[in-house]
Amino acid sequence: MEHEKDKNHSLCSHCQSSAYAQLDLVLDELKDTPGNLIIILQKAQEIFGYLPRDVIRRIATATGHTQAKIFGVVTFYAQFRLAPIGKYLILLCQGTACHVSGSLAVEKAICGELGIKDKETTPDNLFTLNNVACLGCCSLAPVLMIKTEDSEETYGNLTPDSAIELLDEIRRKEGLI
Amino acid sequence: MKILVGQGSCGIASGAKKTAALFSEKIKAHHLDIPVGVTGCLGLCYLEPIVDIYDDEENMTRYTLVKPEMVAEIFESHILNNTPLYSKVISPSGQAFLEKQTRIALKNCGIINPEEITDYIRSGGYSALRKALAEFTPAEICNLISDSGLRGRGGGGFPTGRKWQQVRTQTESVKYVVCNADEGDPGAFMDRSIMEGDPHKMLEGMIIAGIATGAKEGYIYVRAEYPLAVHRLRIALSQAKESGFLGKNILGSGLDFDIQINLGAGAFVCGEGSALTASIEGQRGMPRVKPPRTVEKGLFEKPTVLNNVETFANVPEIVNIGAEKFKEIGTPNNSGTKAFALTGNISNTGLIEVPMGTTLRTIIFDIGGGVKNGKAFKAVQIGGPSGGCLTSTHLDLPLDFDSLERVGAMIGSGGLVVMDEDTCMVSIARFFMNFTQEESCGKCVPCREGTHIMLELLDDIVEARATEMTIASLLDLGDTIGATALCGLGKTAPNPVISTITQFKDEYLAHVVDGVCPTGQCQAYRKYIVSEEKCVGCGLCRKVCPVHAIIGSTKKTHTIDTKKCIRCHSCVPSCKFDAIEVI
Repeated sequence: MEHEKDKNHSLCSHCQSSAYAQLDLVLDELKDTPGNLIIILQKAQEIFGYLPRDVIRRIATATGHTQAKIFGVVTFYAQFRLAPIGKYLILLCQGTACHVSGSLAVEKAICGELGIKDKETTPDNLFTLNNVACLGCCSLAPVLMIKTEDSEETYGNLTPDSAIELLDEIRRKEGLI
Repeated sequence: MKILVGQGSCGIASGAKKTAALFSEKIKAHHLDIPVGVTGCLGLCYLEPIVDIYDDEENMTRYTLVKPEMVAEIFESHILNNTPLYSKVISPSGQAFLEKQTRIALKNCGIINPEEITDYIRSGGYSALRKALAEFTPAEICNLISDSGLRGRGGGGFPTGRKWQQVRTQTESVKYVVCNADEGDPGAFMDRSIMEGDPHKMLEGMIIAGIATGAKEGYIYVRAEYPLAVHRLRIALSQAKESGFLGKNILGSGLDFDIQINLGAGAFVCGEGSALTASIEGQRGMPRVKPPRTVEKGLFEKPTVLNNVETFANVPEIVNIGAEKFKEIGTPNNSGTKAFALTGNISNTGLIEVPMGTTLRTIIFDIGGGVKNGKAFKAVQIGGPSGGCLTSTHLDLPLDFDSLERVGAMIGSGGLVVMDEDTCMVSIARFFMNFTQEESCGKCVPCREGTHIMLELLDDIVEARATEMTIASLLDLGDTIGATALCGLGKTAPNPVISTITQFKDEYLAHVVDGVCPTGQCQAYRKYIVSEEKCVGCGLCRKVCPVHAIIGSTKKTHTIDTKKCIRCHSCVPSCKFDAIEVI
């Protein structure tokens, strides 16, 4: 199918209507389960990549929670996003072991290379950088995880140079360099 | 014959999937029938990827650091010519790393295939559940756990049996068992390893807790950052259900117990009991005032047993060997073992499990192989952002709940981050305060505002704006926050600061009084000077300096105006004669 980018949304109009259909299935299944809200939000984010205003509105109508309450929950947890992210999400570990092994230098290198800061996305929508507390691979510190729609890869024992090489590898794969 | 490749998160990050795939390829190409299986993390993270080859008599040869390019050699020698490749098998020091441990919770990790329930059953799994159902009443199970002296492994150290007993005696008909798998302490990954390497053991512990307390439903609250653990838990749950260990009428006993998984959404405070249950209920994860305690009003306002992964993973062993045998491990009042994650500047990074009361010296030097790169040991940070620092004077201190409390530290969930002589203790304290400050949920003022101010004060020290008063204010504020914050996160937030000030007062004073960072880590204290002997006056440094702080004319020694210098370090790599020195 030809994907047509809509100016205001990260999904094309075809994908968008199917995404809303998926969301409705989730809501039908879970709307009356106690403690449903976080699970619904997690599934909605899986479908849309982030939580657009319209989605929050639709969840509010279906579950009976106020939009304000949902917004409160969304902004409380680090996992939820109110803006779309790049194709490759870089989760850079800033845990203790990574910190003492030089994660700050790695962050500096990545930020310098991409021209973005923590929680920002590159203008070409390729990379988003998120600092995270701990990925639990402390023995390989410093570590980062690169997430795409269908994969999660962890890379360890990073240096500023190897981190940039990693970014270049992705750019090569994308045919950008 | 069979081949097992360690595929925990760290093994996979070291390339274990590729190694496993190459073995499968070779086997197929030679038309052999040798299964290549998955196993969890053995704890030898520094030797990953690890490959175990079993012969038909179940004798195992263990290869370490098996990078994909080594597969061909091992395959040809071991599989085709039946001669183990001794140069690549585990080294004596790697073997010693394993042999010096006592493993209960991690016993099967890295040995069995976590995705096959039959592997777990073959290693004695679910026998404790059968025994609990056949030989004990619920009250007797609670007594057994009490008698064993098992204390919560998540950090608090509350007696597990007493907690179960309190839930069992509640009159409410609906009760819950909740497993805290929200292992948020940076530097701790034992729970992840258990879930990835032996998920059934923890499930068995939870089912026994359900039977003992009369709960019919269990929840596992696990971090979303642990996708592999979630994947293996899901497999384990469905296999346990198919085999009749979980669900309706467990093993024909007439008792029901089911477990569901809830993914955490990334909030450190949700490791706190009342915040965790609020999060499962779909709320903001904010702690509430206690009492009522979780055992009385926990999840959905019902009596709730809340234990962490490692605690549940100890339960089957206690049921199998009995309270007395379990108590023989460890020290009085601190029975059993504790898993620790060894990380930081240490030679052998990984996961270990040792009897309670083992000394720091044994852990760091005998098992961990000492400090990396031959540097001197400075301190070890224990218990994450709630814990404290231990120094060389504590090397012979037995690590257990009570001894650590006496020196102002805590076992926490068991992260041990080793720091060498080059680590600045002020910036470590700042690192932890930055973490707790960001993770504060904002409900109570002492934590929300107090941690923020403490961070500002630490910034003052790191950025060379502080005086001796700053240290006094830190201690004063730390006391107040510790006494008045609502939950554990706030109460313990000042610990890393107070403990580093107590243990490394001189280092703090060096910063604020002498204007020196003894380790040279704090940028604001660095001074850049040009060596008269080495400088040839080429002027390259002058050109790169963004603030024109370097002065001098061509072919004459240059100088740096320290008042203008912003310590950006740009000049150092620009000099071809190493003439710029940092002091």
